[in-house]
Amino acid sequence: MQTLYLIVPLAPLLGAILAGILGPLIGRRGAHSVTIALMLVSFGAAAAVFRDVLDGHTFNGAVYTWLASGDVRFDIGFLIDRLSATMMLVVTFVSLAVHVYTIGYMADDPGYQRFFSYISLFTFSMLMLVMSNNFVQLFFGWEAVGLVSYLLIGFWYTRPSAIYANLKAFLVNRVGDLGFLLGIALILAYAGSLDYARVFGEAKQLSGMTIELFTGHAWSLATVICILLFVGAMGKSAQFPLHVWLPDSMEGPTPISALIHAATMVTAGIFMVARMSPLFELSETALSFVIVIGAITALFMAFIAIVQNDIKRVVAYSTLSQLGYMTVALGASAYSAAIFHLATHAFFKAVLFLGAGSVIIALHHQQDMRYMGGLRKYMPITYATMMIAALASAGIPGLSGFFSKDAIIEATRLATVPGAGFAYFCVSACVFVTALYTFRMMFMTFHGKARFADAPTSGGHDSAHASHGKHAAHESDHVHGSDQGNEGDHGHGSDHAHGAIPHESPAVVTLPLIALAIPAICAGWLIGPVLFGPYFGASIVIAPEHNGLAVMAKEFHGVLGMMQHALFTAPFWLSLTGIVVAWYLYIKRTDLPAVIASRFALIYRILERKYGFDEFNDWFFARGSRGLGQGLWRFGDAGLIDGVMVNGSARLVAWFAGIVRYFQSGFIYHYAFTMIIGVLLLVTLLFMQG
Amino acid sequence: MNALPLLSTVIWLPIVAGIVILFTGSDRNAGLARLLALVGSIAGFLVALPLWTGFDATAHGFQFVERAPWIETFNVFYHLGIDGISLLLILLNCLTTVLVVIAGWKVIDTRVAQYMAAFLILSGLMNGVFCALDGLLFYVFFEATLIPMFIVIGVWGGPNRVYAAIKFFLYTLLGSLLALVALIYLYLAAGNSFAFQDWYALPIPFYAQVLVFFALFFAFSVKVPMVPVHTWLPDAHVEAPTGGSVVLAAIMLKLGGYGFLRLSLPIVPDASRELALFIIVLSLIAVVYIGLVALVQADMKKLIAYSSISHMGFVTLGIFLFNAVAAEGAVIQMISHGFVSGALFLCVGVLYDRVHSRQIADYGGVVNRMPVFASFFMLFAMANAGLPGTSGFVGEFLVIMGAAKVSFWYAALAGTTLILGAAYTLWMYKRVVFGAVANAHVAALVDLSAREVLFMTVLALCVLAMGIYPAPFTEVLHVSVNDLLAQAAKSKLP
Repeated sequence: MQTLYLIVPLAPLLGAILAGILGPLIGRRGAHSVTIALMLVSFGAAAAVFRDVLDGHTFNGAVYTWLASGDVRFDIGFLIDRLSATMMLVVTFVSLAVHVYTIGYMADDPGYQRFFSYISLFTFSMLMLVMSNNFVQLFFGWEAVGLVSYLLIGFWYTRPSAIYANLKAFLVNRVGDLGFLLGIALILAYAGSLDYARVFGEAKQLSGMTIELFTGHAWSLATVICILLFVGAMGKSAQFPLHVWLPDSMEGPTPISALIHAATMVTAGIFMVARMSPLFELSETALSFVIVIGAITALFMAFIAIVQNDIKRVVAYSTLSQLGYMTVALGASAYSAAIFHLATHAFFKAVLFLGAGSVIIALHHQQDMRYMGGLRKYMPITYATMMIAALASAGIPGLSGFFSKDAIIEATRLATVPGAGFAYFCVSACVFVTALYTFRMMFMTFHGKARFADAPTSGGHDSAHASHGKHAAHESDHVHGSDQGNEGDHGHGSDHAHGAIPHESPAVVTLPLIALAIPAICAGWLIGPVLFGPYFGASIVIAPEHNGLAVMAKEFHGVLGMMQHALFTAPFWLSLTGIVVAWYLYIKRTDLPAVIASRFALIYRILERKYGFDEFNDWFFARGSRGLGQGLWRFGDAGLIDGVMVNGSARLVAWFAGIVRYFQSGFIYHYAFTMIIGVLLLVTLLFMQG
Repeated sequence: MNALPLLSTVIWLPIVAGIVILFTGSDRNAGLARLLALVGSIAGFLVALPLWTGFDATAHGFQFVERAPWIETFNVFYHLGIDGISLLLILLNCLTTVLVVIAGWKVIDTRVAQYMAAFLILSGLMNGVFCALDGLLFYVFFEATLIPMFIVIGVWGGPNRVYAAIKFFLYTLLGSLLALVALIYLYLAAGNSFAFQDWYALPIPFYAQVLVFFALFFAFSVKVPMVPVHTWLPDAHVEAPTGGSVVLAAIMLKLGGYGFLRLSLPIVPDASRELALFIIVLSLIAVVYIGLVALVQADMKKLIAYSSISHMGFVTLGIFLFNAVAAEGAVIQMISHGFVSGALFLCVGVLYDRVHSRQIADYGGVVNRMPVFASFFMLFAMANAGLPGTSGFVGEFLVIMGAAKVSFWYAALAGTTLILGAAYTLWMYKRVVFGAVANAHVAALVDLSAREVLFMTVLALCVLAMGIYPAPFTEVLHVSVNDLLAQAAKSKLP
């Protein structure tokens, strides 16, 4: 079994190396065959591990000692329990689907092999993260997924917007990582180990300790550590105010948006907090912080989704909002509900993204929903699968999203940490907003009048198209086409002019959609054992006073009972209202949205500008630090140190030498005169002393 | 004990090879000079390997010791020996020399023999610094390294090379003159002995410890370099030829860190402990202040030079935290910085050789023409940003972990490198490598030659190996670092 554990992450790593280094040799077919075959191996191994874990075999052990220093040993090792096995299954499954889908989506891209190499490398990193039994490896996986995300957002590296977005994503994540690393450092300093088992074993001792960050203010150590760790989660899982990178990450190719920026990587923070439940349970303050941040993210990011016109950005903001839900669940100590929503969300959000990608290819890289409409006739499979995912996302009873979301709302109602009331309001209100923006997207894309012929000639969103043409000329001599890729580069010749009739995507695109739509429907039915049963066992710890889930478990009478009950609760009706409002505004009275936008122009502007975070960050952090650096350099290095101290002392020496020079005149009587004066002075001194 | 005096071989073989190369004379024999240099440097690396294999990681004290009288009147000994710290630095030095010879193979076409000879001699001299156990011997090697580097910058450097070379020379010379005063004081105080061992045992009153500490501090802080005596480094790097920058960053800066470990801590432990806060503050300033300054550099070499200073801040920070994790982190950081900054300077050199500009603004979209180069550069940039899985992470991680034990705020300030390091490195990478082809120069670029792929691959493997499995590196350090810290913890007040 231990070999199997190793195979799960190493197979994709091997795939990444083969496709990356031997890419030009093995060609396109070779690259996708080898990576997909190895992904299949990995998925198979993960499934086998999952079954084994269900049989009650868990594992916690080292693979090798990474480093020993002082009296600390840092091991690379695996912790295989139900939590990690669940994550392994979700990650490998979604990743496999995305690998297959990529064959279709990236078919004409010159960077084909590179792309497969990256997504396999990502899968490896993510698996290392979830399988880790210690903080060092967790941090390794954490940063490695960040690296791959950086590489993939900037995959089309000639586009200015893409290389801006990837740098931004990496740096914002690094802000979170700083908090995370400091949290880890404090754990090592106080618990003396970075091994999960040992740290959790020390949890009792940690709970009593305090730390003085500012003299005179003793804070609970557990609170400080948990908040620092959570800052890391805020970066990776894009929680307010570190959420700014995620919408921009849509610059990457769509399979990536689905794999990394919806289904797996962004859930790393959620997973991490769930993994750290023994620590978070020690601090009411930290949980309160978590629940409030999550609630703000859930509701306020959902608002932005209503005004977006780019189909991928709608889904991106929807992802932010759903991550907010998961975070709220963490804050409410409903860790299993968070992981459950993480899993259902991975499926339905992957469908939404891959479906959006399918639409985008069919319309030749048109992403603006204002130029879509009526597509359900042309793309029935994409439409059907996306509709399932949209309904699941809106929380319609029976579909996966309903169960996980309802559980979160209920757990929030029962939560007692400060801020839970606010969070309950946010997550409830957000149900309406979610239904509204999701169905706005569905109606604008698939229903109503077909508007794809109205599109301006250049793809609405891809501003890079224009600039691409300019350097295409001197690109042409290059044999490989040199990865000049950008979305306009997909070899859709002029015969595919805009406005041609769109058609359903090929099987490599629709099959993954169908494969993911199935769990998007039925993954929720497992709610009984997962949430209320002993499913997660000892991997998650909940303090008795926080255990809202136990209360819910008593009221739970099966899946059908939960659905029946839902018909009499607010969330269901909020969701339904949201869908109806979306229908009214975007199918029935399509003139109304513009009227509303102008009537509430201020609010509309604020939402359109995304509350101004990007502007503020650009101005304050990016320009601010550059200004500071420039100032320090000019004033400190060039002015003070070099100007005054270094060159100054050189000038001083030169000045002094310049004066002394006059004494060396070469005239004998000057020297004689100086000598006489000197002798006189000495004699005088002698006499005065005597 | 080995029959062959290994340490002497490691020191003198490159020096002798260098002198032999000088005899090949003018550039008509350039081919021969290159060949000899390659053979000499590889031989130098090979003779250093037995040190690694023969090193006993569990033994205390110095190993491979050689001792012979040198200047008997003054009780000066030719006394050599290494511990784990010197071992790693010697290996790094020998490896770097081979790479520098390969890197300069085609690029240097004037005064080839002298160029190659300078690097080989320099390599031997620096090995001498890492091996010396006698104060005067140490000082002679320490100062002698200035001469070849001065020549390298002054002869093969850029347009402003004379200013840079003199600034480099005076800065470091002035620093070490004070150290000479301290060494003479110690010599007299120890009853006419230059032996480090005697100095380690010598009780010294506190005020004298402070004076000795500062005298040594000036010599070593200039070398590291620490804020505020760092301004020679950007100038020296900018003007130095690629090979000069590589050796300067990879090895020469380490003489400072090594000096703190070998001399300051064990000889004046009380002053070192009392003044630790002073060094820690300067180190943290280096990390934050220099990180911000690096952000706005328009010249790639200057940017990497400033990034070096910022990274060396971790070395001095780790040394003066007085715990094993941080101290081992400091040594690891020195080695890793040798790989990473060396590699980054080579990357800039590769571009410079083709376009003859170091300005970031003159590039853009290099990846379109040089995908292989871009991949290597990405790896080294990420290592510079301290990505886990690369060597750059290990040292920073250990130092931050060690710092948190002492004070949360030390760790927090040092940790800002996570953001700043990524910001300046990746922003530069973005502007140089990503984007559309910016101009005709970039459009004319040719990807790496086999020779360039060779040295990039060697460094890439080092960076990855040390990142993925650093345990062998720290293993040889444990005993040495623990003994050193134990020495530094004991009071030497009379």
